[in-house]
Amino acid sequence: MEEAASKPKISKIVFVFTVTLAVWLLFTWPFAPVNWAMIIAGSLVSLVSGIVLGGLATLHPVKGLNPVRYFWGGCYVFALAWWVMVANLDVAFRVLHPDVPINPGIVKVKTELKSESAKTALANSITLTPGTMTVDISDEGYLYVHWINVSSTEVEEATREVVGRFEWLLRRIFE
Amino acid sequence: MSEIAGYAIIIIGALFNLFGCIGLIRLPDVYNRLQGSTKCVTLGTCSILLGVLIGSGVGPTGMKALAAIVFIAITAPTAAHALSRGAHKSGIPLWEGSVVDKYEEEK
Repeated sequence: MEEAASKPKISKIVFVFTVTLAVWLLFTWPFAPVNWAMIIAGSLVSLVSGIVLGGLATLHPVKGLNPVRYFWGGCYVFALAWWVMVANLDVAFRVLHPDVPINPGIVKVKTELKSESAKTALANSITLTPGTMTVDISDEGYLYVHWINVSSTEVEEATREVVGRFEWLLRRIFE
Repeated sequence: MSEIAGYAIIIIGALFNLFGCIGLIRLPDVYNRLQGSTKCVTLGTCSILLGVLIGSGVGPTGMKALAAIVFIAITAPTAAHALSRGAHKSGIPLWEGSVVDKYEEEK
């Protein structure tokens, strides 16, 4: 029983350690010639931050070992880059147009996603995509979204237009 | 060649930063302004960093630029979310031309 309780704790520490060390190695690029002092110092600090901050990390770090999730993660990065581009052209058009054509409002949409990381990623994706910005998330899975050009105030209709772009991808990555 | 491509992307990024600033002036209320500035400044700054990455190649500078792109892409929307939520909680109204405010109705 005790083992079962302590097992996820160690995996969380390993998760934070790996991420922190990876970022550290990215900052201390290049690797050749190998600078052992840098690597050992980074490992020690990563270990300490893993032990201290492991409790705050993602709830299921074991999911991070599944390569299929990384495939969908790559697809997500490309989809996000595309929608960010569209969003910027959209904002540029609205801002430079002489009449500033906007029709703003805060609508309510529903998400089927359950995990905290998935909801956070969804909220951030919505903020970066055309005309929408997340204002708040309720515990029941509703998002309040500021929409610069409201086309429907109904929950279902707005959900399809705002959440539909990313929900299916994030479900495959995080759940 | 990669230097020219890098400079081209940096110029595009600066242009989008400019659009973000124009949006900050022309859009009517805090929520719309956050939308315009967050989106444009995220892409603009990321483009500038991408230009640095392409211009300088894979090396110490480029890798730091890559890490900065990831951090900005994560933190900029989070900041916009916190600012808009804080603005709404402290009672700043939407622009009078707004069509709906579900958040206010269900508070």
